[in-house]
Amino acid sequence: MHSFGYRANALLTFAITILALMCGIASFSDNFNSPSPTAQVQVLNINWFQKKPDGDDEVSLTLNVSANLESLFTWNTKQVFVFLAAEYETPKNSMNQVSLWDGIISSKEHSKFRIHTTNKYRFVDQGSNLRGKDFNLTLHWHVMPKTGKMFVDNIVMSGFRLPKAYR
Amino acid sequence: MGWIGEQIDSVKSLNFRQVLTQAINLGMIVTSALIIWKGLMCITGSESPVVVVLSGSMEPGFQRGDILFLHMSKDPIRAGEIVVFNIDGRDIPIVHRVIKVHERQETGEVNVLTKGDNNPGDDRPLYAQGQHWLQRHHIMGRAVGTHLSSPSFHLPDPLFLHVKNWYWYWMTAIVKGKWFFQWYILIGALGFLVITSKE
Repeated sequence: MHSFGYRANALLTFAITILALMCGIASFSDNFNSPSPTAQVQVLNINWFQKKPDGDDEVSLTLNVSANLESLFTWNTKQVFVFLAAEYETPKNSMNQVSLWDGIISSKEHSKFRIHTTNKYRFVDQGSNLRGKDFNLTLHWHVMPKTGKMFVDNIVMSGFRLPKAYR
Repeated sequence: MGWIGEQIDSVKSLNFRQVLTQAINLGMIVTSALIIWKGLMCITGSESPVVVVLSGSMEPGFQRGDILFLHMSKDPIRAGEIVVFNIDGRDIPIVHRVIKVHERQETGEVNVLTKGDNNPGDDRPLYAQGQHWLQRHHIMGRAVGTHLSSPSFHLPDPLFLHVKNWYWYWMTAIVKGKWFFQWYILIGALGFLVITSKE
């Protein structure tokens, strides 16, 4: 009843229970944070817009993305994964989401940024539906905690339109 | 030597009912662990409610050896979600992020492209021959949360990596349910200890 093994077992169980509880409380504390991020996107240029040999449309854009995500960070935040997706509808597909750019913000100091970039990932449609297409550019963020639940949200910026003709 | 002698004596002194009771206790422990595992599978709706991250392709967010909690709901799969999927013909689950989604109008069938955060390119080279997209049936679950991952601790590096590798090795063994020979040794030792303990 008082052997070393018994005591070690009891100690270990207790330690693990306490650790799990602390992780739970740490995660719960994230709920008290009310974030107020802001973002803005401009399409500076349509670099080219073509139909590929396999029949799918592809467009290359230069974008200016600026955002202030400082309010997302808590003491329990490990990093924020942010990405910009073009979202649109076609006759064949009710939802198309194409990630154009993504980045990892590892600390609050880097969370206010302005980026001038061409699309990191190819903007390719399933089919040939992009001419004159209206689309939204949505900035999504995933707050990855040191421990616990991940928080996900986004800002939708609408009003973008692709040219009516290939270039 | 005296300890071994004691153990042998205690084995000889056991009667049949004691052994049976201990064996049943052991069986109860094992089956309750199994019940918890299967129960988690039901609650989370995923074949594999807990997954171990096996590669560094999602760093710095997820490190090798991190444990992820999965959930699979009927909600549509959307860009940015971290999904765990299996490629036909391979049995290693991959944990990556969805970067492209194309969902059909009528059927709701979805074509999805994934990419590891730390990888330069998308996952098409990883998919099966001729496969350009993942469908819903490839996806085992979405990551909803993570346990405390290692870099927050500062042990001396060689020791730390050693500990982490061991931990990772055993966690993948448990989660994948693979029967290494070490398991037989471990179960055998556990059984012996249970049977010979007086409690």
